[in-house]
Amino acid sequence: MSQTERTTGTQVQLMMTCLCDTFFDSVAQATVEVLEHVGCNVEVPEAQTCCGQPAFNSGDWDSTRKVVRHTCKTFDARKPTILPSGSCAHMVAHGYDLAFEKEDDLGEVQTFSKSVWELCDFLVNGLGVERWPGRFDAKISLHRSCHTRGTQTYQSAVKLLSSIEGVELVEFDESEQCCGFGGTFSVAYPNTSVSMGKLKIEMLTASKPDIVGAVDMACMMHLSGIAQKQGRPLNKLHVAEILMKALRNGQKQ
Amino acid sequence: MKTKQPIDAFARDLPREVRESVYVSSKAKYDKRLDSLNQSYTAPDSIRKLAGQIKQHTLENLPTYLGSAVEQLEKNGAKVHFAKDGQEANETILEIMRGVGATKLIKSKSMVSEEIHLNPFLEKHGCESIESDLGEFIVQLDNDMPSHIVTPIVHKNRKQIATTFQKAGIGEDYNDDPQTITRRARSFLRQKYIEAEVGLTGGNFVSAESGRIALVTNEGNARFSISANKTHIALIGIEKVVPSDKDMAVLLNLLARSATGQQLTVYTQFINGPKAAKQPDGPENMHVIFLDNERSNILGSEFKEILRCIRCGACLNVCPIYRQSSGHAYRAVYPGPVGAVLSPLLAGKKYPDYADLPKASSLCGACNEVCPVDIPLPELLLRHRNKAKQEGIKKASAGTPSMAGWSVLCSSPAMWKTSLRAGKAMDYISLNLIPVPAVQAWAKERTLPPFRGGKFRQWFKEHKRNKEA
Repeated sequence: MSQTERTTGTQVQLMMTCLCDTFFDSVAQATVEVLEHVGCNVEVPEAQTCCGQPAFNSGDWDSTRKVVRHTCKTFDARKPTILPSGSCAHMVAHGYDLAFEKEDDLGEVQTFSKSVWELCDFLVNGLGVERWPGRFDAKISLHRSCHTRGTQTYQSAVKLLSSIEGVELVEFDESEQCCGFGGTFSVAYPNTSVSMGKLKIEMLTASKPDIVGAVDMACMMHLSGIAQKQGRPLNKLHVAEILMKALRNGQKQ
Repeated sequence: MKTKQPIDAFARDLPREVRESVYVSSKAKYDKRLDSLNQSYTAPDSIRKLAGQIKQHTLENLPTYLGSAVEQLEKNGAKVHFAKDGQEANETILEIMRGVGATKLIKSKSMVSEEIHLNPFLEKHGCESIESDLGEFIVQLDNDMPSHIVTPIVHKNRKQIATTFQKAGIGEDYNDDPQTITRRARSFLRQKYIEAEVGLTGGNFVSAESGRIALVTNEGNARFSISANKTHIALIGIEKVVPSDKDMAVLLNLLARSATGQQLTVYTQFINGPKAAKQPDGPENMHVIFLDNERSNILGSEFKEILRCIRCGACLNVCPIYRQSSGHAYRAVYPGPVGAVLSPLLAGKKYPDYADLPKASSLCGACNEVCPVDIPLPELLLRHRNKAKQEGIKKASAGTPSMAGWSVLCSSPAMWKTSLRAGKAMDYISLNLIPVPAVQAWAKERTLPPFRGGKFRQWFKEHKRNKEA
């Protein structure tokens, strides 16, 4: 999708994602604060639920369409909708096209998908933010989150984080490898999923970073769930949380 | 852990040393691929996209290009056959052998011949068929199956191979030194090359412009297989045609780099027909068999992009599920992501038997990222999942929680919000006590974060009030 086709502006809506609605409220909160810092007025439509990805990846496209239609109705496609998740953003950008390719309302669905952005992508490519202010003293290994492939999310997150004073982004081996979550894959393929997760944790923590960062809480829920069970909890933060903490540290100075 | 998915069970039970060899070899090939592409090109991704367009264009116009390839091959003196399935291809090969009074065939590496199970067919009809690719030869001695498209014995170590050779009486004693193993295979196979009456190869690409067939090997065995014989049979899938010799160059530049990280394989041959009158040697008869085997059906389906595949194996090497489970987990000739898409389709009426393969993916997209012809593999895996769901194939959905109730919940905001409140109870119940298989599968080796349903919504309302105040 070319940048010009995408809906932008500072009157934005937040799609908090079902995982932030149920588990990671701090990430949604950080997202609001980050957006407000760059001058956005944030609305949170009450009727929102989920982007539809769990059913889509499971192959149940009838159920997917039901949820997607609800979601399209809930948000106003004339304003940008911001998601703190690379994988939900990917679902809207690519999955919706596929699930609706034979449907009469494909056009309406596409109008909505053009208004949807992942947070870092929106900051950098939607609003033109080049540097992030404040300070955050930490060595961070940033998990790539596979579903950001083919979008500007990961590059944008790297750009923002590396511009923060005090942040050191560390390289790690096998950054192209998946964490093993994969939605319902994680329960249908429990052995493979957990083995993949253990390997990923090993790679992400090899250089002993202070923080493991991500642009997607789904990967983090899986990875930190494994690490916790192993008795060595992961010090994890979503990129939105890092951006917010940097702002707060900056204010203290 | 208990699992309903056969590939997951296979991964769980895979011997540690097999997983280790698969992992080490996959990782090495992935790294070399990246280095090799980056050394040669400033924008490797754009060549990958171009190659994908070339193959897609050919597929969209396959009857035209196939027709022209046949015309050229016949002009060059080759005899062209079409086989609608494996049975027909096998019978054609047997007929050609009988026609020249042959009972001994030597074969260079050909995945298509694996697909149609040529070796057991010929043996059943009293013919000898010997694999000349070292890996395939070892697979044949062991009565095993290749576990990788490019490196068929990636699942074996040298000790196992030495034992195989000892059992088969190749060499006088047990010896697991790789050089000795190779030397022994070489002297055994040299004799077989001489004894053989017919040489069979595959074909990596066929140019519609010239009828030229490109054959790549690292052992030179394709050349050996045909040069000492009077008859050469090339068995080729119909999707291997490309419009021109120039297009072949684009694809050859990507094939070895994507497969093994080599700039080019050690041997690259171009063959466009039998020995010409003025040439001193070479096969006098050349037969080209174009195999359909479900390919026409795939071409007319929503899976047609899979026919772009040039069998480099890059998607296997990068796939985290393949790395955990190995190629044999996929129960078919083509493993990994490409196999998960292709095998159910090649199975024809037996589609349901393989409908679980597309579930063996976290949809991470790494396969698409490395594919030299840019096949949208995750999309095709998703299409399979939807097809399996629509056709109610149980094998595919085993272990995946049903989404029907969830979709009702997610399209009714009132119910959703109620469940956010009710979910609080989760904090007080051990996950292991909840009798839902999905939750148990999650909780065995993972904890769930504390439930904080609705907390953000509450915060935001206050936040908004404070801002307005």
